[in-house]
Amino acid sequence: MAKEEKKERSLFSEKGFEIFNKYGIFIILLILMLFMTIMIPGFLSTRNIFNIMRQMSIKGLLALGVTLIIITGGIDLSSGAVVAFASVVTASFAQPGDSFLLAIIVGLGAGALAGLINGTIISKAKIPPFIATLGMMQAARGVALLYSGGRPIGNLSEAFEFIGGGDILGLPVPIIIFSLLIIITHLILSQTKLGKSIYAIGGNEEAAYICGINVPRVKLIIYTYAGLLAGLGAIILTSRISSGQPTAGLTYEMDAIAGTVIGGTSLSGGIGSIGGTVVGVMIIGVLNNGLDLMNVSSYWQQILKGVIIVTAIIIDVWKRKRQ
Amino acid sequence: MSKENIILEMKNITKVFPGVKALDNVNLKVKKGTVHGLMGENGAGKSTLMKVLMGIYEPEKGEVMFKGKQLKFADVNNSLEKGISMIHQELSPIPYTTIAENIFLGREPTYGFGVVNHKQLFKNTKDLFENLNIDLNPKTKMKDLSIADMQMVEIAKAISYDADLIIMDEPTSAITDKEVDHLFKMIRNLKEKDVAVIYITHKMEEVFQITDEVTVLRDGKYIGTEKSEDIDSDQLITMMVGRELGEVFIKEESEIKEVLLSAENLSKEGKLRETTFKDVSFDVKEGEILGFSGLVGSGRSEVMEALFGITNLDSGKIYIKGEEVVIDSPSDAIKNKLALLTEDRKSSGLYLPLPVDENMISASIDKFLSKNFIDNKKVKKECQELSEKLNIKTPSLAQIVDNLSGGNQQKVLIARWLLTDPDILILDEPTRGIDVGAKSEIHKLMSALAQTGKAIIMISSEMPEILGMSDRIVVMHEGKKMGELTREEATQEKIMNLASGNIKEAI
Repeated sequence: MAKEEKKERSLFSEKGFEIFNKYGIFIILLILMLFMTIMIPGFLSTRNIFNIMRQMSIKGLLALGVTLIIITGGIDLSSGAVVAFASVVTASFAQPGDSFLLAIIVGLGAGALAGLINGTIISKAKIPPFIATLGMMQAARGVALLYSGGRPIGNLSEAFEFIGGGDILGLPVPIIIFSLLIIITHLILSQTKLGKSIYAIGGNEEAAYICGINVPRVKLIIYTYAGLLAGLGAIILTSRISSGQPTAGLTYEMDAIAGTVIGGTSLSGGIGSIGGTVVGVMIIGVLNNGLDLMNVSSYWQQILKGVIIVTAIIIDVWKRKRQ
Repeated sequence: MSKENIILEMKNITKVFPGVKALDNVNLKVKKGTVHGLMGENGAGKSTLMKVLMGIYEPEKGEVMFKGKQLKFADVNNSLEKGISMIHQELSPIPYTTIAENIFLGREPTYGFGVVNHKQLFKNTKDLFENLNIDLNPKTKMKDLSIADMQMVEIAKAISYDADLIIMDEPTSAITDKEVDHLFKMIRNLKEKDVAVIYITHKMEEVFQITDEVTVLRDGKYIGTEKSEDIDSDQLITMMVGRELGEVFIKEESEIKEVLLSAENLSKEGKLRETTFKDVSFDVKEGEILGFSGLVGSGRSEVMEALFGITNLDSGKIYIKGEEVVIDSPSDAIKNKLALLTEDRKSSGLYLPLPVDENMISASIDKFLSKNFIDNKKVKKECQELSEKLNIKTPSLAQIVDNLSGGNQQKVLIARWLLTDPDILILDEPTRGIDVGAKSEIHKLMSALAQTGKAIIMISSEMPEILGMSDRIVVMHEGKKMGELTREEATQEKIMNLASGNIKEAI
């Protein structure tokens, strides 16, 4: 019975395309890594791989939230600015003598609050996500500058710096946090009612409403969750650079969106997966790291990233046409 | 028949999609100044053949001769220039532009340098409408039109190209009988001007009313071409499905028991061009199929949408099993064991990019949860059972629903609502635009559901369906209930009279 089913699947081209598409991106990542390994001695060392993963863990966290949002057909332009806002707030509560836990709660709360505001504006006032989060992007950055007086907030407690720099059983803490959130978000998306509702809304919002799905509530939850993840990213970043920076997270939202889209999530909604996003973010991470190590100028790096994003979309569109 | 009379000849057209032979050596010959019916079940290859003709698909094999010249398979504009235009089955209006801009899109009269001459544009449209006897203001925005009016605009657009051959892909699927008569008049006028029409339809009676010849396709293969006067609908159905169909409507007797739902004086005043309804009352009993008939725009769908909580009522009461209920949202309706299969399966039913199983479980996710997580085994089991029961043709439950045929998509949506285990099913045009086989399966299913004690409300614009399936028929006209007929007393004439507002004639 099971064998028969497999046969059927390989016969049907759409499914075949889908599988090709999924693995296609994974194959691109492998080729990229192979290339870097040949070009750069020591690229595949544990140290460098950890380095890549630590670098991408923050943008990766943002991308997890962005993936849920884009699957509903929305967008979040504010995640980078929310990182800055949460970063300065966290830093001000992570001074020597402050409670370690309080700093984390405040950081997560700041992110979640920004997300909640996004979600409320989008689901209650019915403002398009592009506009609502564009507004939040400006406002959150402004609040961060105002709160910090435009200067970094330094002098953090030693305990707090463990989050960004510490190891547990030889694994860097940011990587552990990121991995945990990948699993949690994946489970939410693929195994819960919320996850099914997210796909349904992206697939056809009106139909989802007729099926009894509480569309505004789902949107409120996912934008808040994305904010929470941005808060978590801000905590890691603040700890790593030992200060709260009002200019932190600049253009992070773009890398998060790019990673998501490269990972196969469709901007028209209804299609996407956490696995794809992780691979997409890793492609960006490997590219950044490898090109740095190869001493490619950052100007060229930007151009290359641009080309890769557009190429990913072209493949996506082309694939859909084939269907 | 001499060669000169043939305007279009398609020979041995073969088109292969990955995994499917969509067209297999298909032939089509259309004569000047005739209406040529093209028939076949969904998936028979009609649309693919027309897309080959329009230059949208390039076939692997075959040739097309049009007006004696071999046609190159190039782009759509090319086929328009050559004199072929098409009315598509699915409307694609640009909502915030005017009727005139939609009709002359891409060929607007200009002052030169691409500056549009709007005065001329509106005049051209007005002239066109006067010619065709269409009563619409060219300056109206497309978004403010009813679906029927949009369809008329689409028809006018196709005619406005002054083509020698017009393809009409189910032009009557969204318009009322009155407009169908109007369309047929336009078609006869076209014939007099020696224009040929390829007419794709699922409706038997239309074939015999308007076509001169009919070509039948089945499973991508050419079955045959017959003169319409030499053939009857049984023979045609046999050609299409390759089997004898006994009765199309298999309504079986079911025991009608107590009133399950009753609606009292439902009213809603709409804004601007929204359809409104006033004081609509009806009830439906266990085991009963209640038909809702009326012209398009009579307010039938709007009543059902309000009943289901998609829109809100201004006044009126709803009772279920004698108790008053308040339904403010679809989730309230589902809790009260109501189900609504909406009229337009693509815009308000399907999640096109999602697989079959996700489409099925969407209205009943709660029952698949075990400790907050989806029980995938249960999902698979129940979806599998239902898709076998409803005979849904799909390679697997993981298939993207967009890739299924219309009939199978409709069955997926029916499965979605059956999974909610409803007592009252509201089916809005349950068989629109789907093939004969799937249609009769859905009718059989409706009968079977009624027999198990479910109450069914069916909106249908097809007279035979209403007469064949309903135990009782409510007829609406301009937002009001005009009357109610039992199965025994209902006739086509009575319904038509009520639907057009002639109460006296009906009684």
